[in-house]
Amino acid sequence: MSEVKKIATRESYGNALAECGAEYENLVVLDADLASATKTGIFKKAFPDRHIDCGIAECNMVGIAAGLATTGKIPFVSTFAMFAAGRAFEQIRNSVAYPRLNVKIGATHAGISVGEDGATHQCNEDIALMRAIPGMVVISPADDVEARAAVRAAIEYEGPVYLRFGRLAVPVINDNPDYQFEIGRGITLREGQDITIISTGLCVSESLKAAELLEADGIQAKVINIHTIKPLDEELVVAAAKETGKIVTVEEHSVIGGLGSAVCDALCAKYPAPVLKIGINDVFGESGPAAELIKKYGLDGQSIYEKVRAFVKGK
Amino acid sequence: MNVLELKKTANEIRKGIIEAVHSAKSGHPGGSLSAADIFTYLYFEEMNIDPSKPDDPDRDRFVLSKGHVTPGYYSTLAHRGYFPVEDLKTFRHVGSYLQGHPDRKHIPGVDMSSGSLGQGISAAVGMALSAKMSGRSYRTYTLLGDGEIQEGQVWEASMFAGHRKLDNLVVIVDNNGLQIDGNIAEVCSPYPIDKKFEAFNFHVIHTDAHDFEQIAAAFAEARQTKGMPTAIIAKSVKGKGVSFMENQASWHGSAPNDEQYAIAMEDLRKVGEALCQK
Ligand SMILES: Cc1ncc(C[n+]2csc(CCOP(=O)(O)OP(=O)(O)O)c2C)c(N)n1
Repeated sequence: MSEVKKIATRESYGNALAECGAEYENLVVLDADLASATKTGIFKKAFPDRHIDCGIAECNMVGIAAGLATTGKIPFVSTFAMFAAGRAFEQIRNSVAYPRLNVKIGATHAGISVGEDGATHQCNEDIALMRAIPGMVVISPADDVEARAAVRAAIEYEGPVYLRFGRLAVPVINDNPDYQFEIGRGITLREGQDITIISTGLCVSESLKAAELLEADGIQAKVINIHTIKPLDEELVVAAAKETGKIVTVEEHSVIGGLGSAVCDALCAKYPAPVLKIGINDVFGESGPAAELIKKYGLDGQSIYEKVRAFVKGK
Repeated sequence: MNVLELKKTANEIRKGIIEAVHSAKSGHPGGSLSAADIFTYLYFEEMNIDPSKPDDPDRDRFVLSKGHVTPGYYSTLAHRGYFPVEDLKTFRHVGSYLQGHPDRKHIPGVDMSSGSLGQGISAAVGMALSAKMSGRSYRTYTLLGDGEIQEGQVWEASMFAGHRKLDNLVVIVDNNGLQIDGNIAEVCSPYPIDKKFEAFNFHVIHTDAHDFEQIAAAFAEARQTKGMPTAIIAKSVKGKGVSFMENQASWHGSAPNDEQYAIAMEDLRKVGEALCQK
């Protein structure tokens, strides 16, 4: 097998910010003492005057970003997902979303793939928290190509956006000339009639692996990459349910409130269908190498394959 | 405006406060009345603003960090000409743009939504920072409650403002001594307030919140201060101007009934009459 290129989406994030810096003069980046980890340090190197380190004070950072946005700046605030969506939830809701300010939240280190730092740093609840806020756009890119496109789309979009990036290097799967990113538009990566796997973030490449294993068993799986969890591409989800009947969702996030819930919300209103939600099953994470944790929590290609196969066979 | 005119204006603003909360049968008169003179000075003297151009990029900014005192804020904006004084009667009514807490999306003159205590100051810091980054000369003002400063975010914001030497920022603490559960010194004392701001590299000024000469001197001193933000600690009386509301924590967030409304308006009418004799 040829070596697949792997890049962490946090790295893509930092690179994209630096790439966009010259083009968008109003782009400013805020961090809370994690610039080397969130990779906003890459932007800082290129545009030191437009990088604002707020120190370890995430709530204040979000508020400062709100103030900056009222004056026409386009602020990206960065910290780990835990401290953005978690610690500063209320600031995001009341100081950014309610006033509908043009603030982008670039949250890195989402999910269990944080690895060794363990449960306190592994945020599996951020999608649930963010998608509950009126008017918030929630984006969870699958790879480097998508993450960079998402940053650009977020800059172009007027209003609050939550972007979810990962720490772990993940395979580049969207490196093709036809790739197009549009907020709210899901991407069908593989056609199939027997089952649909809807996935987001690093689980997309694992779902593609699972689809290959399923194929060997004679099961044709459609694979959809949902990079925008809100607004959800309901049309695509409903069409898939009509085509394949059953749906499986896969995410590096709690099964409560994330992609799986968003898909169920859409289906129960428009086209009720059986859904299997694969994700973190209402537990905290733990320390360990990211790849091992992904296996342990059942988010690797093999585990997804086994669960989907059983689901297709009606077990 | 001279001091007499400022006093008359503040008295009209106080009447608007009573009108608004009476009409809404809810709202926060105590902290609105304690801040009425500060509001008056800011909007009729200190700030560089034009009600016909509420989005002017060079206007001075104001953030009501203690967002619950919308009766005082809205009454000031209305009397300054941002919207009709008549509309104060729609305060907190279903469908009115005069929401219970400031809403920047719908209210002319409101630079930032607020209401969750401790958050407004951060937005004000962001506005002041933006001016520094873009070389704009506008100034940013924010009003905090003395109970509000129990919030940790206030000190995160202060540390940042001091660190960044934001001398275009003025933080005003309405030091009326009361919060919902009683005396701030008894609930969870934030004192000494001045030493705290000093420790965060602010220039600190004390003033009587109801003496326009002192208020004017305080803001002038803030303007002169370079290389650090200013905190003005304004000693005030909660409920100021309405006899039965003064220094009563119970009037923090309750509205007068018809009888109390009549007494309050009579109190203010008398003050107005006395000012006209001068
Ligand atoms: C974060 C937050 N916690 C609680 C409240 C409820 N609350 C509204 S006003 C208030 C007391 C404020 O006291 P102070 O800051 O002294 O204001 P003032 O006396 O000037 O009205 C409280 C606790 C709130 N609005 N926000």
